[in-house]
Amino acid sequence: MGKDSEPAARPARSGRARAEELADKQHEISVTEFFEKNKQILGFDSRAKSLLMGVKEAVDNSLDACEESEILPDIVVKVRKVGEEEYEVSIEDNGPGIVHRAMPNVFGRLLYGSRFHAMRQSRGQQGIGISATVMYANVSTGKPAHIASRIEGEDEVAWEMDISIDTKTNRPIVTNDRAFPWVDKAHGTLIEYTTKGRYVTGKQSIFEYLKETAIVNPHARIEFHDPDGKIWTFERATEVMPPKAKEIKPHPAGMEIGDMMSYSARSEQRTVRDFLKNDFCRMTDRLAAEVCEKAGVDPGSRPQDLGREGSMKLISAIADTKIMAPPSDCLSPIGDTLIKKGLMHILEGMRPEYYATPVTRPAHTVNGNPFTVEAGIVYGGEIPSDGQVTIMRFANRVPLLYQQGADIITKAVSEFDWRRYGLEQRGGKGIPYGPAIVLVHVASTKVPFTSEGKEAIASLPEIEDEILAALRLVARNLKSHLNKMERKSKTHEKFDIVQKILPDLANKVSAQLGRPVPDLSRTITKIMNVVWIEPAKSRTEGKKSYAISYTVYNYTVRPHTLMLHMALPKDCISEAVTGAPMFDSVNDEGKTQWVIRDLEPSKSVQVSFVLEGEMADTFDPDDVYVSGINPVIVMGAEALPGDWGIKGMEITETDDPVPEDDSAEEEEKEELEEEEFSKEAMDDE
Amino acid sequence: MNDRQKTAFDRLTEMAEGVYDALDRGDIPQMTLPLRSKRNIEFDPMTQVWKYGNLKTTRTAKTTQGATTMLRTAYTTEFINEMIRENKSSTLREMYYISEGWNAAKFHSQDEGNLLAEDLETMSHCMREDFKLRPEESGAHVYGNVTFRTMTRKGMKDINCMDDVSEQGFAVPYSVEKDTFEIKSHDVRFIMALETGGMYARLIENGFPEKAGCCLVHLSGQPARSTRRLIKRLNEENGLPVVVFTDGDPWSFRIFASVAYGAIKTAHISEYLATPTANFVGITASDILNYDLPTDKLNDKDIGALHAELSDPRFNSEFWDTEIRAMLEMNRKAEQQALAKYGLDYVTDKYLPDKLSQLGLL
Repeated sequence: MGKDSEPAARPARSGRARAEELADKQHEISVTEFFEKNKQILGFDSRAKSLLMGVKEAVDNSLDACEESEILPDIVVKVRKVGEEEYEVSIEDNGPGIVHRAMPNVFGRLLYGSRFHAMRQSRGQQGIGISATVMYANVSTGKPAHIASRIEGEDEVAWEMDISIDTKTNRPIVTNDRAFPWVDKAHGTLIEYTTKGRYVTGKQSIFEYLKETAIVNPHARIEFHDPDGKIWTFERATEVMPPKAKEIKPHPAGMEIGDMMSYSARSEQRTVRDFLKNDFCRMTDRLAAEVCEKAGVDPGSRPQDLGREGSMKLISAIADTKIMAPPSDCLSPIGDTLIKKGLMHILEGMRPEYYATPVTRPAHTVNGNPFTVEAGIVYGGEIPSDGQVTIMRFANRVPLLYQQGADIITKAVSEFDWRRYGLEQRGGKGIPYGPAIVLVHVASTKVPFTSEGKEAIASLPEIEDEILAALRLVARNLKSHLNKMERKSKTHEKFDIVQKILPDLANKVSAQLGRPVPDLSRTITKIMNVVWIEPAKSRTEGKKSYAISYTVYNYTVRPHTLMLHMALPKDCISEAVTGAPMFDSVNDEGKTQWVIRDLEPSKSVQVSFVLEGEMADTFDPDDVYVSGINPVIVMGAEALPGDWGIKGMEITETDDPVPEDDSAEEEEKEELEEEEFSKEAMDDE
Repeated sequence: MNDRQKTAFDRLTEMAEGVYDALDRGDIPQMTLPLRSKRNIEFDPMTQVWKYGNLKTTRTAKTTQGATTMLRTAYTTEFINEMIRENKSSTLREMYYISEGWNAAKFHSQDEGNLLAEDLETMSHCMREDFKLRPEESGAHVYGNVTFRTMTRKGMKDINCMDDVSEQGFAVPYSVEKDTFEIKSHDVRFIMALETGGMYARLIENGFPEKAGCCLVHLSGQPARSTRRLIKRLNEENGLPVVVFTDGDPWSFRIFASVAYGAIKTAHISEYLATPTANFVGITASDILNYDLPTDKLNDKDIGALHAELSDPRFNSEFWDTEIRAMLEMNRKAEQQALAKYGLDYVTDKYLPDKLSQLGLL
C-alpha cells in the first residue's frame, strides 16, 4: 500500500525538489557568471578591445571622480607587455580617492555603484564599470588586481589590497589588505592588473582614445607610457574646470515600465500624488492630479503598491499630459571656446589652417532626457586631403571608437550636404572628402546607445535634427572661412605686386640705367587704390602670450580715418591691450575698438598689442572688422556686422572711387593658347 | 660688340627706360607687344609667309602676371646686356637655371624662359642670336651631296654632307647665319625634309638621295629655328625646291605649316624661317585611303588639334580643308613608316616616285 502511495507522492515531492534545485541553480548563475559567458556585452569580445576597455573604464571613472570633487585631473596610464598577449596595465589618478571600506565593492563587484536613478551627465554611465575589467583580468590570467587609494586629509592613510571576484557570488575576494605610506601622494587611486589583450595602434587604439579624451577634456593632463617604452603626454590646455553637472530628479516622460516599477517601489513618499510631485522634476500639484485622474489611479494610494498595472497606467497618462521639458543645467557641455582650445592643443602638430568656431546647441529633450549637441570642424594644414574626413564622435565627453557605421553621428554627417560648404561629397551623400576633422559631442543624462556595448548612439530623430543643426552652423563657419581665404589670396596678389615685384623692378631698371630709384608711392596708389589691412600673429618668447598686429596701409589718394574692431578673448585683455596706442574702448564681451586717425596716402600705421592668458591662442587675427570707412575700399577686413552690438564711429565720408576690375588680365591670358603650342613647344629645343 | 649686338643692347636699354620713366612719372608701367596667337597672324603677300597682324596685347604691372613678366624682362635684359658687354653667350637652358636667383622673376619652366626670349625679339625687332641666347642642339641632321663651309673648333672648314659625315649625316648647328655658315656647293635637285628618324634612315639605306639626287633633312619632330632657316637658305640662295614628308596626323600637318607658312610662336621672324614654296608629299588623309595604309584611331587630343586647325588661318585652303575634314571623318591617322606594309623598298620604289613625279621633281 505504502508502495502505492509512494509513487503518487514522489512526483509531487521530487517535482518540487527539482524545481527548488533549478531555482537554486538559477540563483547560482550570478551576474558575474553571466557576464563571464557574455563578454561581448561588456565590450571584451576581442583581445585588442579588452585591453582598451580596461583603460577606458578606469580613465572615465577618474575623470568623473575628479569632476565631482573639482580637482584638475592628472592621469597616468601605463601599458607594459609581460608575455604572449599578456599585458600589465596601471592607471593612476589624483582623484578624491575611495574610502577603505568601499574599495572591495567598487573594484570587485559588478553593477555596484551609486548611479542608478541619478539623473546627471556622467561618463561612467557607459560601460559596466571598472569591476568588469578586474574580473576579465582575473579570469584571463588568474591574477588579482592591485588597488591603492588615499583620500584627502592629514590623518588619512593610504590603503592597498589585491582584489579578485568570486564569479559565483559576485562578491570581492580581498587579500593583502594593508595600510601603507604613499609617499608624495595627497589623494588619488591606483589600479594595476595583468590581463590578456593585444596592443594595437591606429583608429581604435588606446592612444587614440586618450588623445580624443584629451581633446574634449582640455582641463585634464594625461600621460601614456606605451608598451614600446614611449611616453606621450597630453598637457593640460586650460585650468578651467568644466561646470559641475547638477543632479536632477528624473523627468516623468523618461520613465520606462521597469524604471517606474522599481522607482515607485523604493519611494519614500506616502501617496502617489506626493510621489509624482516630489520624486520627479517639472511636476506640480495640478499636474500630479491631472496624471492621476487620467490614469484612474487614486492619488491618495501608496506608490509602493502601484505594481505593474498601476505603473503602466501612470506612464500612459504621463504621455498624454503636457509637462515642461526638464531643466538642462544637469548637462555639462564643453563649450565652444574649450572645444576649440582642446582641438588646437592636441592637433597642433597637424598645423590646421582653420578651426571653425565650434557650436554648442541649446538643450533639448528626448524621452524625458535632456541632451545637447556640440560640433566643431578643423580644416586644412597637414590634415590629409585625399581621403574621407575624420569623424570624432563623443558621448558625454567619452570618445566612441567602435561601430562608427551604426552611429547616428555618422548618419547625420553622411546625410548632410557638404558640397555647399566647400567639402567634396559624391552625390551629396556619404562621408565627405577633404582635409577636415569633424567633431560631434552628444551630452545627455541618458545617452541612448544602440546596444549594451555603448559604442554607438541610437538613431533618434530628435537627436539627429540637433546634430544636423549643429553641423549646419559649424559648416557655415567653415564656408565663410574658405570664402575669406579665396578672397584673400586674390587680393594678396596685388599686395605682392606693390610690396615685392615693383620695388625689385624699380631697383633693376634704375641700376641698369644708372639713375636714382624713383619714388613708387604714386604708382602703388594707382595699382591698389585700397586701404590694406595686414593681420599678423606671433607667439611671444617664453610666455603663454601672443603678439597681434594689424598693419594698415593707405594705398589711396586721400587721407582716411577708420576704426578697427575685434572680439578678443575676455580673459586675455590686460594693460598690454588697453594701454596700446590707438586703443579706444572695450565692452563686457571683450569686443575692442581702435581708432586710426588721418592716415595719409602712401603711409602705413601699425596697431599692435599682446594677448596674455591661456585663451590667447584661440584668437584668430583674421576676424577683424572696420567701420567709419567705405568697406568696399578696404582689403583684409570685413564691414562691421550690424549685430556687433556697439556703435561704430560716426564718421561719414564721401566714397573713393571703387577699384575697377582689370580687363587687362583677360588679354594677357590669350597669349598662351596651350593647344597651339603643345607640339610646337618643341620648336626650339 | 658688333653692330647687331649694339642695336640689341640699345633697344633693350630703351625698354628699361620705358619702365623707369613710367615709374618716375607715377604711372603704371606698360608694355605693348603683338598678340601671339592664331587670331593674330596674317598672310603677307610680299614675302608669302604668315606674320603677326596688328592686334596688340598690353602688359601692365597692375596684374601679377604682367608685373612678373615685366620684372623678368628687366632681369633678362640686364643678363643679356651683361653677356653682350663681356662677349659671352648662354643656352636658354642656362638662362632658366640662372633665373633661380631672380626672386619673383624666376622662371618656373623652360617654356617661360623661351617665351620671354621671343617676347624680347618681338619688342626689340632683334633676333635671339643677337641676345647671345642659343638653344640646345636640336638633333636635326642633313644627308646629301651638299657642301657647307662652317665654323669648327679649328676654324672654318668644308664639310660634304655625304662624304665627310657618319651615316647619320651632318648635325645642324644652332646658328646657320652667314657669318659662321655658308652653303658652298651642291649637286642635288631638291631638298626633302622628313619628320621621323626611321624614314630618314630608310631612305639613306635604300640609296634614295643618290638615286633621286636629293638632300635629306631630318627635322626631328617640330623643326628648330636653325633647321628651318637652313631649309630656307637652301631654297632661297640655291633655288632648290623643298618637299616635306611627314606622318599623317594633325601634329605633322603643323610641322609642315611651320616649315612652309611660319610658326605662330615665331611669326615675327617668319620671313627668315619659312619656305613658302615647300610642298607636302604626305601622308595625307587621301594617301591613307589610296594606299590602304595601316592606321591608328584618333585620340581626343588629335581631334581637338584637327578642329583647331580648321580655324587656323594658315590651313585656310581648299586642300587642307578637305584633308582635315577627311581625317576627322575617317577618324584614323597613319605613320609614314606604315608604308612598310608593302615591303621596305615600297616607299622608294613606288610611293615617293609617284608623289615626286606629280610635282615634276623626278
